[in-house]
Amino acid sequence: MTTALRLAAQVRTGAVSAADLVERHLAAIDESDGAVHAFLTVLHDAARRQASEIDDRIAAGEDPGPLAGVPVAVKDNLCTRGVPTTCSSLILDGWCPPYDATVVERLRHAGAVVVGKTNLDEFAMGSSTENSAFGPTRNPYAADRVPGGSSGGSAAAVAAGLVPLALGSDTGGSIRQPAALCGVVGMKPTYGTVSRYGLVAFASSLDQIGPFSATVADAAALFDVIAGHDPLDSTSLDRPAPRSVENLGEGVAGIRVGVPRELVDGVAPEVAARVREAAEVLSAAGATVTECSIPELTYGLSAYYLLAPAEASSNLSRYDGVRYGLRVDGDDVEAMMRATRAAGFGAEVKRRIMLGTYALSAGYYDAYYGQAQKVRTLIINAFADAYRHADVLLGATTPTTAFLLGDKVDDPLAMYLSDVCTVPSNLAGHPAISIPFGADADGLPIGVQVLAPALCEPLVFQVAAVIEEAAPAPAPPVLAASTWTGR
Amino acid sequence: MTAPSASPTATGAGRWEPVIGLEVHCELRTETKLFCGCRNAFGDEPNTNVCPVCLGLPGSLPVLNAMAVELAMRIGTALHCEIRPSLFHRKNYFYPDMPKDYQISQYDEPINANGWLELPDGTRVGVERAHMEEDTGKTTHMGGGGRIHDAEHSLVDYNRAGVPLVEIVSRPDIRSAAQARLYAAELRGILMATGASDGRMEEGSMRVDANVSVRRPGDEFGTRCEIKNLNSLRSLVRAIEYEITRQVDVLESGGTVAQQTRHWDEDQARTGALRSKEEAFDYRYFPEPDLVRVVPDAAWQAEVAAAVGPMPADRRAALVALLGPDGTSGARTDQISTVVEHGLDDLMTAAVDGGVGAALALARTANEASAEPERARALDGAAYTALLRMEQDGTLSATQAKVVLTDLLAHGGDPAELARRHGFEAMAADSLSVVVGELIAAHPDEWARYVGGEEQLAGFFTGLAMKATDRKANGKAVAAELRARRG
Repeated sequence: MTTALRLAAQVRTGAVSAADLVERHLAAIDESDGAVHAFLTVLHDAARRQASEIDDRIAAGEDPGPLAGVPVAVKDNLCTRGVPTTCSSLILDGWCPPYDATVVERLRHAGAVVVGKTNLDEFAMGSSTENSAFGPTRNPYAADRVPGGSSGGSAAAVAAGLVPLALGSDTGGSIRQPAALCGVVGMKPTYGTVSRYGLVAFASSLDQIGPFSATVADAAALFDVIAGHDPLDSTSLDRPAPRSVENLGEGVAGIRVGVPRELVDGVAPEVAARVREAAEVLSAAGATVTECSIPELTYGLSAYYLLAPAEASSNLSRYDGVRYGLRVDGDDVEAMMRATRAAGFGAEVKRRIMLGTYALSAGYYDAYYGQAQKVRTLIINAFADAYRHADVLLGATTPTTAFLLGDKVDDPLAMYLSDVCTVPSNLAGHPAISIPFGADADGLPIGVQVLAPALCEPLVFQVAAVIEEAAPAPAPPVLAASTWTGR
Repeated sequence: MTAPSASPTATGAGRWEPVIGLEVHCELRTETKLFCGCRNAFGDEPNTNVCPVCLGLPGSLPVLNAMAVELAMRIGTALHCEIRPSLFHRKNYFYPDMPKDYQISQYDEPINANGWLELPDGTRVGVERAHMEEDTGKTTHMGGGGRIHDAEHSLVDYNRAGVPLVEIVSRPDIRSAAQARLYAAELRGILMATGASDGRMEEGSMRVDANVSVRRPGDEFGTRCEIKNLNSLRSLVRAIEYEITRQVDVLESGGTVAQQTRHWDEDQARTGALRSKEEAFDYRYFPEPDLVRVVPDAAWQAEVAAAVGPMPADRRAALVALLGPDGTSGARTDQISTVVEHGLDDLMTAAVDGGVGAALALARTANEASAEPERARALDGAAYTALLRMEQDGTLSATQAKVVLTDLLAHGGDPAELARRHGFEAMAADSLSVVVGELIAAHPDEWARYVGGEEQLAGFFTGLAMKATDRKANGKAVAAELRARRG
């Protein structure tokens, strides 16, 4: 089992060189990514340079870090110094950040090697990675299907075995939903545990960076590396870095698991069946499983699609052609700004900017943005009530398995429904994880989701590990690298 | 102080009363900007004090400067405001000098609210709020009329972007242009006394907007216009006077005042409409999700309050007390204001404490020392006291004392030594007596008239004595000699 942790151990002991490891993965990307299109940029030279530095440090007897030599893919809305950071948008044409995101710095500090930047829905707005100005990513399990989104590139890169680890961002489900659709582990941390410094903002009060991996233990290890206080992010919580890895083997005996009807009833029967199987797994392992109901969760999607666009409309104002990225000339500065934004943004981004601008407008603020904030408070309170009777909640990650490319691009509301099970955790700022758990009749992966109160990441990983242990072994994806080994 | 100009209300036979409120933007004198570590400095090479945060680069996040909060609290304390838990909002509008195309500003939850400021004339002007916000960059429009719309191109300097500001909003309690000037000057003194600002209007570190309306006394407020671009106290007075006249003319000719934002044109000496109420921006304020609430605890507030020294009003009162009964005469009031405005009250007090009469100390400090306020503030109090004592006891004439003071301000040194270098040794009484005797002999008619009671001829003889002695004679000593000879 070549998990990230095992690879790091091999590098640290000198059994494998970081250079060889990175070379192997670069070769896999070069071989297979043409079909998947998970990557927008592959950093051959920089990755090789970094790998040889790690080998030098090992030769010199230094500690190269817990993820020594492990190749990692980074979603292309995370800033990388001197490397294009596109957000899959034409409007950032030619822009190279002069700085690294805090998570990228932490990856390097831990010895991980950033091998490339992955595809996403433009500015992370979407659930299929079809809203990319550079073309869609394909689901490694079915080339005519979407990988989910918006972190579809990161999910597909891990699923296809191109990298053992990847980072994504999750605003309404953008890590967990593609993880479920691609059959990998994806986790959204508590808001404020991972620094957002260097994450190009979509909806600042909801965005959170998190890990993708083939296994729960790898996700925990990557989370431990990227989490922890950052003075550059005012919303970063001032707490010691978590040590989730240590709790992994503790099992679920005595843990109370609630299964809210709202996260099971409305989803496809095959998905619901897998959630019930996962519940039985936990029950068999000693957890107390009870059904429950949190009716407020059904309002989550409506509130989310006011709050997220409202914040986005403001966050995306800065792309005006004045300072960086695309500029389309006009007769005066306003005409230049209009022409630049008209040419630089895709249809979905424009739709959300308009939605959000409307929701914040004088005379409508109270009815839309204000009301949505109240719903958010309602959902937070409803979760708090539910957690009086449960330590964690279990549900589906997505209503369906991966859908066909092009299936929902003309129906935004149908597309938005993909996020119905994931959005509540973002509104509450809580952690949640999607764990692959079998497949549907077509062999498409299904994910189940574990939700927990704020700052309960160790518990989330602990429960997820028990589900993973009992999950059916995954079939190899059709677009896998020849080196794909499963988990 | 300038005398109030003829009020336009006089032409309407007292039928119109101006109602004025001022919004004063004050740049805080911090080392670094409001949300990043860049230098807060005026006059540096353009775009040298910038970083990802103050340039609003994608992925960057603001972190609040604690010193700016402290200076804002000092201002609030000095203006008798309630200091409150506060929140930043985003004020959204597109303009090339705003890196993010929104300004981070406090909106309905300002740090300081409900204070007041007492003018030297005793009027108490309410302060509605004094809130924190970030400054914008500075645009220079090249070609055309110097405005953005007809410029060939524009240059933006972002050194000022993110500089901390406090905006102090008065209640509409001001009733004339002269009073508006008093308010602005008094506020400037307070801002300097708190150490929050250098008060330099010419460098833009204090900028004033005026809201002006007129009404019949006792009526509801009239429709107001906001006047921008008031870069000096002189502009403030002229613009308000112009605007009052304009509004009265409109109303007296049967028209109605339209709510507008107007621009003061200093060269043309008129205000012109910038935009109407209907064209006003919808700023789409919403809480800034990248920052957390500012909640200054009681201990911090107490610490700040203790650090705020006496305000100009208190300091004026202290000088009045030094002067005793004649401290409140009109001329003295102006002199006291001058001394306090230039921060020379400590110098004057030192002289009085050293045995100099308060009237003499006030005269020299207000009239001579205030001409070089920066040097005077650096002056050694003991040397200043010694000089004034030499004048007081007749060792130096007033004229000589002023010459020595000029020297002292320019180079410092020992006043007695400086006087010697000028040849200002007091003339021995016997040689003065010889000179006076010769003058009497040369002008027998004038002497007879003086003896006959024409006191003003003492001045005639003193003048001649000064001339004859090359200004080494002390005027008081000459007068004493004349009186002694008259018997």
